[in-house]
Amino acid sequence: MEQVVAIAGEEHHRGHPALAHHFHDMEQQHESIKLGVWLFLVTEVLLFGGLFCFYAIYRAWNPEMFTQAHQLLDVKLGAINTLVLIFSSVTAALAIRSIQLDRPKQTAMFLVVTLLCAATFLVIKYFEYSHKIHAHILPGELFAYTHLEGVANPHIFFSIYFAMTGLHGLHVVGGMVFLGFVLIRTLQGTYSSEYYIPVEMGGLYWHLVDLIWIYLFPLLYLVG
Amino acid sequence: MHSSPPDQNFLSHPKGLASWLFTLDHKRIGIMYLILICLAFGLGGFFALSIRLELMRSGEQFMDQDTYNKFFTLHGAVMVFLFIIPSIPATLGNFCLPLMLGAKDVAFPRLNLASWYVYVIGAAFTLFSVVTGAVDTGWTFYSPYSTQSSTSVISMTFGVFILGFSSIFTGLNFVVTIHKMRAPGMTWYQMPLFVWGTYATSVIQVLATPVLGITLLLLILEKTLGIGIFNPEMGGDPVLFQHFFWFYSHPAVYIMILPGMAIISELIAVHSHKKIFGYKLIAYSSVAIALLGFLVWGHHMFVSGQSEFSSMVFSFITFFIGIPTGIKIFNWMTTLYKGQICLTTPMLYALAFLILFTIGGLTGIFLGALGLDIHLHDTYFVVAHFHYVMMGGTVIAFLGGIHHWWPKIFGKMYSEFWGRIAFVFIFLGFNMTFFNQFMLGSQGMPRRYHDYSGLYKTDLFERYHGFSSYGAMVLGVGFLIIATYLIASLFNGKAASNNPWGGLTFEWATSSPPPTENFREEPIFKHGPYDYDKVLPENI
Ligand SMILES: [Cu+2]
Repeated sequence: MEQVVAIAGEEHHRGHPALAHHFHDMEQQHESIKLGVWLFLVTEVLLFGGLFCFYAIYRAWNPEMFTQAHQLLDVKLGAINTLVLIFSSVTAALAIRSIQLDRPKQTAMFLVVTLLCAATFLVIKYFEYSHKIHAHILPGELFAYTHLEGVANPHIFFSIYFAMTGLHGLHVVGGMVFLGFVLIRTLQGTYSSEYYIPVEMGGLYWHLVDLIWIYLFPLLYLVG
Repeated sequence: MHSSPPDQNFLSHPKGLASWLFTLDHKRIGIMYLILICLAFGLGGFFALSIRLELMRSGEQFMDQDTYNKFFTLHGAVMVFLFIIPSIPATLGNFCLPLMLGAKDVAFPRLNLASWYVYVIGAAFTLFSVVTGAVDTGWTFYSPYSTQSSTSVISMTFGVFILGFSSIFTGLNFVVTIHKMRAPGMTWYQMPLFVWGTYATSVIQVLATPVLGITLLLLILEKTLGIGIFNPEMGGDPVLFQHFFWFYSHPAVYIMILPGMAIISELIAVHSHKKIFGYKLIAYSSVAIALLGFLVWGHHMFVSGQSEFSSMVFSFITFFIGIPTGIKIFNWMTTLYKGQICLTTPMLYALAFLILFTIGGLTGIFLGALGLDIHLHDTYFVVAHFHYVMMGGTVIAFLGGIHHWWPKIFGKMYSEFWGRIAFVFIFLGFNMTFFNQFMLGSQGMPRRYHDYSGLYKTDLFERYHGFSSYGAMVLGVGFLIIATYLIASLFNGKAASNNPWGGLTFEWATSSPPPTENFREEPIFKHGPYDYDKVLPENI
């Protein structure tokens, strides 16, 4: 072991408390975790990819219905949410940047802003959903909205809308839980420019959540 | 580096149930998986034997048609999702991969343990459906069967959804381990071929499983909320389910067979003490199979009403997969040529694999041919084909691998005498059970029928079915013998040397069983994994 450490020339990293026993040095650990997170993001893309496929197929089959049905969505709220998420992506990136510069207080502040944006997104989504539920604009068999005459099977659009935004919403909640955990650890002083993998992981994940919404918004709210 | 004392190994230390249930050691997690996977195989085998007994004669024997439907569904679901998909990667893969790379553990030991617990939870949901009335749709959960069936489809599909996470965790962990944890000096082309096969498998696990996940979620939403996506009355399309299902489940066939091929490369090289022929081609062909596997799902749907043009394309690409597969078979045979072949139990299984998998693979080409498939679709020909691949391929390779690494895992030799006897039972029993099913199918016997009396060739079918059922019993006896002598070897087996077969890969360089940290001294890469022309392994 000594020999290998000497070869790698990472002697000063060896003793870091966050280094797991099976890695040679911090660099190997960091690289491994980063690759793992990217692979995880790939699985997320494929999970949503399935839904995007369903969307593409049903839209190709029912272009007219999609144009009609999407008008029941509130473009203004969707647009606000898009801006909120894009802004939160910037703050998430700044959180990583500041921990690389050894400024944990700034990191914590940026994380708080990111979390507030996420909460704003969910609140707006809540108003959108409850409006839909009151108007009986629901997926599949539950759909009972009567003012869309002459349009065949509009419930399919809302099945896809609720499946996609619902799954995305769950991912927002998941991201908040993880970023909240990172915030607590940041306040405890766990992270520094030497070791900030969880901050980076949280940031990467949050970008993906935003990116998915950036596709969802035009596809669902801006049809035709 | 703190080494454990010479008499301590990963099995003996630390002690106690909790030290196993909370272990982060990949070797222990591999054994914990092995136990559950053997239980799953026993359960799936029980359903299989029941099916064979029911089909032994025409007419209803001892179960009615609903029970029969549930039994073949459970046989399929348990064998596919609980046994064969995790089988080799989670057990031998978990145990061998870090050892072969000269690493102390997989990249994410906690994720590894989590995958075991997720497997337990997924298995619980899947099997919970047995208690609540089982499922009668077949393991493929096709809509509209599954959306209309009143059986507990939700519990089982949710279980399979959860099992998917376990599979993804394992795959992700292995990909990162192979990329980042290789011993100093080991390049990609110096990795054992087992590692290449596992790598290709893991890539499929990571890329395909999420698609199955979303499909099953939508199926559950269809059943609970009636979202209409798979329901033609509401403008949905049931065939879409088949597309999405097979987009996962055809690559999943390679999740099952690639690890088997990975084992065979090791067995053939080590037990014929010869440098493997065409290392790079074997390695690349695994990756080629993994990638091509994503483009052929439509060959399961030639009679589903998809367009003839797409059927043609799918058929064409399916034929292409024969090429990398053929490359592997020829390379293995060339490796054997002029080798010092020892007919040990692992080698017997490797040779059986070459025969049985070739039959399975070639009949797959028959089924990939458009015209022929119309005749053979949904007959016993298909059943025979995929059992030759899954059992004649994967299970046979798994058995070979278990025998090959048994001395390393437990530090005990199994009885070579009983090993060979059991092999004869398995090989004969398997062919007795399934070879005549090719004939059955080509004569027109449909699969999934509970009773074949009244079909126009009942007498002929009865002869084939009866023989098949006797074969299944021989097979069952073979497995009982294996279980008996393997378990017995744990108590009174001879102590195994560090390198009983004369292997050159890293796992044979450490003690049997290995210490907790795998190697007492960091292994350094000095020779290739199959350099039998340059190195004389010790202790042969
Ligand atoms: Cu297939």
